[in-house]
Amino acid sequence: MSACVEFEHIYKSFGSSAVLEDVTVNAPEGCTTAIVGASGSGKTTLLQLVNGVLRADAGSVRVFGAAVPSEEVEKFRRGIGYAVQGAALFPHMTGRENVTLVANLQGWTAQASEERLLELLAEMGLEEDVADRLPRELSGGQQQRLGLCRALMLRPQLLLLDEPFSAVDPITRGDIYECFRQVKVREGVSSLLVTHDLREARLLAEHLIIIHQGRVLQHGNTVQVLDNPATDYVRSLVSSQLS
Amino acid sequence: MKRFGVAWMLCVLASAGAVAHAAEVVRIGSKNFNESYILSEIAAQLLEAEGFAVERKFGLGGTLICYQALRNGEIDLYVEYTGTLSQAILELPGNPDRDALNERLAPQALELLQPYGFNNTYAIAVREADAARDGLNTIGDLAGMADLQMVFSHEFLERDDGWPGLRAVYGLQGEVRGIEHALAYQAMSEGAIDVTDAYSTDGELKRYALRVLEDDRGYFPSYFAAPLVRSSVPVEIRQPLAKLAGRIDNELMQNLNADVVFGGKSFAEVASAFLTGIGVHTIPVTNSMWRDLTRNTLRHLQLTGIALGLAVAVGLGLSLLVYRSGLWSNGVIYVCGLLQTIPSIALLALMIPLFGIGMTPAIVALFLYSLLPILRNAVTALTNVDPTLVKVSLALGLTQREQLRYVLVPLSLPAIFAGIRTAAVISIGTATLAAFIGAGGLGDPIVVGLSLDDVDMILQGAIPAAGLAILTELGFGGVERWLVRRR
Repeated sequence: MSACVEFEHIYKSFGSSAVLEDVTVNAPEGCTTAIVGASGSGKTTLLQLVNGVLRADAGSVRVFGAAVPSEEVEKFRRGIGYAVQGAALFPHMTGRENVTLVANLQGWTAQASEERLLELLAEMGLEEDVADRLPRELSGGQQQRLGLCRALMLRPQLLLLDEPFSAVDPITRGDIYECFRQVKVREGVSSLLVTHDLREARLLAEHLIIIHQGRVLQHGNTVQVLDNPATDYVRSLVSSQLS
Repeated sequence: MKRFGVAWMLCVLASAGAVAHAAEVVRIGSKNFNESYILSEIAAQLLEAEGFAVERKFGLGGTLICYQALRNGEIDLYVEYTGTLSQAILELPGNPDRDALNERLAPQALELLQPYGFNNTYAIAVREADAARDGLNTIGDLAGMADLQMVFSHEFLERDDGWPGLRAVYGLQGEVRGIEHALAYQAMSEGAIDVTDAYSTDGELKRYALRVLEDDRGYFPSYFAAPLVRSSVPVEIRQPLAKLAGRIDNELMQNLNADVVFGGKSFAEVASAFLTGIGVHTIPVTNSMWRDLTRNTLRHLQLTGIALGLAVAVGLGLSLLVYRSGLWSNGVIYVCGLLQTIPSIALLALMIPLFGIGMTPAIVALFLYSLLPILRNAVTALTNVDPTLVKVSLALGLTQREQLRYVLVPLSLPAIFAGIRTAAVISIGTATLAAFIGAGGLGDPIVVGLSLDDVDMILQGAIPAAGLAILTELGFGGVERWLVRRR
């Protein structure tokens, strides 16, 4: 299976504290890879190296075989969807404006934008009138679904998800999981999902990377990793979250 | 009918004379105290009667501002005193005469014309009744009068050319005390004190029936008033001014001052009455409070509007340039903060050597004052947008420009607007000081009112200025709330 993202000997520090140390790992194409770790493990940093929001001190990141460019990085980023915890919708824009902003900047016609918007709203189980409201007029779940619509708008090949489901209540979360599973198949998108929740990883990801204190402890097929923890840390993680 | 025809002819001739010089505008300055206003208004009306167009730049904030304005060619003339010229400006010792002063003024391309006649110097005053009873005529006569209460203004007690020298020259004895100059006349009239210092042309001398004792030993420096003009001022302008030479003695000047201070007359009315008295037919002046109010308010809005517009453009432009760099934003905010610490009147005065007097320096000073709140709010707002939103906008592939336009600026607008609102209110308040450098506006009646101690007149400037500030505050507040609602 070819990789959508390849990390090779990645080092990254902020000031004097090392966040990632010699990380070499791949995320396979066509599936969801969960990066699981505790707070401060370096998982979000690893994710932000993929779209060039952060740069590695050493090592290389390749996305579909190509290095993250240093020029015209915006164009590169538009090929990668991005959604975060709490959705982070722009508060001064309606749902429609949030989702279609970059498509309009890309020069999409109004009609093409609107058609894609309606398609995504339907896929994410949102009513059309959500598009006309400001974020503060929407529930947390609606905001989160809109955040995913925004990430998917330009039909990216790769989706970066930074704990996008953690800020909603458990019932809504279950609904969104279901939506996401259907959408990723329909859209044919590869995903990197950062989470601290192994249950979420087991539910959504076919591939798993366990990261701890800036180092990859174990990676591979989700079921295999969960069934055969390679270190004490992974074993305790699995037993504490899944037993 | 025939008589009517002759009158009509005379009118035509008179108006022909009146338009003869209309192309030349004579710019006349004055300081911000009564006598200066009156004398400058007399010169202005005299030249208008001769057919010149006159631009009045009255109420300039003090000797140095007038003198600078004259040297810079911002005004063509103002009325100055020989003592002020020799002591404060040219720093000449003793009592130099006009020729000696002109010798020193010539290299500066300035010239002092013939004095009006009166000498507005320090004077020692006693009640007329006491003077008659005790036979007091000269300052020396006070030497034997140990029981008189001598109370002088604080400044007079301290100045080298005040009490210390006077006591020595006239051998005066006895204890002296200090008093606020403004209270001294009242105290004299109530009999609380018997001897005080005054200016020899104060209108109060007449009102309170005080006698000025003769300075027969020539102790006080002379302060003869005369038009100070630029050497380039043509003879056609000097000639009419020469009519005033020696025409106003101390008593007449006291009367003219009293007419304004106690008679409630305007400077224009007093000047017109005086000129009529010496055979000059002035063009009648009509005073209209509403016209003045409208003119002053419009000018005030013009000053603050232009300054604020510039400050918004420069402040926002600068903030967009520097907000990404902590070092640069701190540096720029620091410099603007320094500007803010300069007292506004000092900042206005600092502008004169660079921009002269009038609207330009006032606008520049107001602009500099408005810059800090706008810049600080804008930079603070732009750098304090929720970092997650900033990160998301980057990750979505927005360029820096797009990020600014679609995310940072819209989210910062309410705070940016609050900065503009603060700047606008500060500007409207500070612009009242612009009258001191001849920029006009609602400060004009305040400056005149202060010199006349006329509360009504002060309020004619202060109330509309306060009203403008409140309206601005409310208007901007409304827009701000609308912006926040939209967010």
